[in-house]
Amino acid sequence: MAEYTQNTPQADGEWTTVIRPRTGWFDIDLHELWQYRDLTVMFVKRNFTVLYKQTILGPAWIILNPLITTVIFNLVFGNLAGLSTDGTPAFLFYMAGNTLWTFFANCINNTANTFVANAQVFGKVYFPRLTMPISQVLTSLINFLIQSAMFAAFWVYFLLTGAQMHLTPWLLAVPLVVLQVMLLGLGVGIIVSALTTKYRDLAIAVGFGVQLWMYASPVVYPLSMLDGSPRLQALMQLNPMTAPIEIFRTATLGTGTVQAGGLVYSLVFTAAALVLGVILFSRIEKTFMDTV
Amino acid sequence: MQGTKKQPVIEISGLKKQYKLGQIGGGTLTHDLQSWWARVRGKEDPNTVIGTDARLFGQTFMALNGVDLTVYKGEALGIIGRNGAGKSTLLKILSRITAPTEGEIRLRGRVASMLEVGTGFNNEMTGRENIYMNGAILGMTKAEIDAKLPEIIEFSECGEFIDTPVKRYSSGMFVKLAFAVAAHLDSEILVMDEVLAVGDMKFQQKCLGKMSDVAGQEGRTVLYVSHNMSTIRQLCTRCVVLDKGRVIFDGDVEQAIAVYMETTDVNVTHYDLTDVSRMTGSAGKRLRLESLDFVGKESSVFQDDELVKVRITWRVSEPFAGVHMKLNLHFRDSTPVGITHPVDLGAAEPGHLYTTDFTFDPSLLGEGQYFFYVDIFDGSLAQAVCLDKPVTEFAFEVTSADLAMPEWAAGWGRIHFPPVKVVASHG
Repeated sequence: MAEYTQNTPQADGEWTTVIRPRTGWFDIDLHELWQYRDLTVMFVKRNFTVLYKQTILGPAWIILNPLITTVIFNLVFGNLAGLSTDGTPAFLFYMAGNTLWTFFANCINNTANTFVANAQVFGKVYFPRLTMPISQVLTSLINFLIQSAMFAAFWVYFLLTGAQMHLTPWLLAVPLVVLQVMLLGLGVGIIVSALTTKYRDLAIAVGFGVQLWMYASPVVYPLSMLDGSPRLQALMQLNPMTAPIEIFRTATLGTGTVQAGGLVYSLVFTAAALVLGVILFSRIEKTFMDTV
Repeated sequence: MQGTKKQPVIEISGLKKQYKLGQIGGGTLTHDLQSWWARVRGKEDPNTVIGTDARLFGQTFMALNGVDLTVYKGEALGIIGRNGAGKSTLLKILSRITAPTEGEIRLRGRVASMLEVGTGFNNEMTGRENIYMNGAILGMTKAEIDAKLPEIIEFSECGEFIDTPVKRYSSGMFVKLAFAVAAHLDSEILVMDEVLAVGDMKFQQKCLGKMSDVAGQEGRTVLYVSHNMSTIRQLCTRCVVLDKGRVIFDGDVEQAIAVYMETTDVNVTHYDLTDVSRMTGSAGKRLRLESLDFVGKESSVFQDDELVKVRITWRVSEPFAGVHMKLNLHFRDSTPVGITHPVDLGAAEPGHLYTTDFTFDPSLLGEGQYFFYVDIFDGSLAQAVCLDKPVTEFAFEVTSADLAMPEWAAGWGRIHFPPVKVVASHG
């Protein structure tokens, strides 16, 4: 945990590890993280094993959860509130937004309590602490892929019933969008995880905050709904999740508002959150055990 | 390396670790603001733990105060010292769980540390899955674990149950499996903290044998912390004694044990137990001892016709119909002497601070220095569930009040039986 330097082996004094008081701002050892990749995979497996042990429906929840949410969105925002869905089938519109959003929310929620939830293990054994949040976002990614498959199945069904929608070349960018959402979720999540070591109530705030954040993102409504007010739309672009969601829907359903400025901003925001997250994380992980 | 020159594997220079007392933080933002507001108005901080000495707040304490140590390849180094001497802190820094405040450690090779039995074991996962999990946590790749798997399973003696979730294991099996994983790692340095305190005797011996092999034949380096001097004698080729964060002796095992025994502190009569570590992970959670005092004494030296008067304070976090206590007595070199008959401390409810006074008759003990552990448990002795057992050794000395008795000789054992009763004697 202390500064860990991989010295170049010399003829006689080939020290492999040097433990020193923490100094630098950025001492995450990426090489070491890679060496522990098997552990990351193991954590992902464990996350699945543990989550659905002693549940009735087991892994079916991965599908049921977004399905139920989509149905409720459809009822509340589509039928009752009558919000526009850009002319696409409402069910698919909500499912697209919800699938990507759930992925993002899971990335944050599951990494936000890294230190507090693993205090027991962290206090007894060393391994690169980042393997924990990384394994969490990979777990969320697998869930997302399963949910995307369900989305694809519904998409085909709606196509066969003659719904108005089409794929666009943006589809090629979707893997990158997914990667970006994952990194953004990881970045925000580990920032929170570093802060929760001092203030436990942030863990509660984050669950609530993520929910609010969803309503500030074009999940249950399209960005085009704000076409009449450019200022409000510009404000929406300050939300780094606006661009990914709109791109995801443009790619799969054919309608959406993609603005170059918003996209660049979102990417820069993601990079900044990730870097800040890693810096905070690496600083906290060294002294964390003295303050729990 | 081979015979010609000893190769240093660990080099510790000027290692210091400082902890701040009382600096734990409120835990929530509101608490911190509350404390801050109270300080601003000059009022008492509502979040201070009652009974803590406010003067200690912000003070620092050196858990390690300048440790220099070189360990060579193939050595089995014992580390002994009283609680609070800095052993665990040293191991934590070596295992990279926490960073030092000053100084440096240079290592040659990977460190596998086992500071607790079965760290990272997941109850829902099977024995086999846990082997992979634990191996990976300790830094092995999947391929390495694959190669070692049969050996690990065999050593653990859990072959039949290897595909059963470990929550169904007995605690003995759990320990065996955990030890097997750690001992079979390909790390150059193996760090172990008191892990052999659990498990049955036969398996303990097997583990000690395995660790001797690890150091002697496989040429790996073992650092072993224990309070059990007989395992130190059996395993270690060299031994250091830590006291108040410094190395006070380094060298021969027997001499080290002699030095360690001299550090017994019979001048302490008050022990604060709120922050000391516990023998097992679950101990101290549902019931917690907060302090122990030798009542009415300046030092804990007792004549054998005097009663040892002790006061403990404790709290519970859930109601108990009755909790039981026994004392585990040891001679100062950690040889077990015996246990007391369990007593019922009565029912307990959360929200109270219980104070229990008890006495203990030392008249059966021969002259010398002893210590005891306090063990509080639920249920009968046969099926005891440990509620709390601090690692603190409560030291006391017994002196003979009987002038007719000569000085206690080394070969007499520890028990001073009552005189035999002469039933008849004829001339």
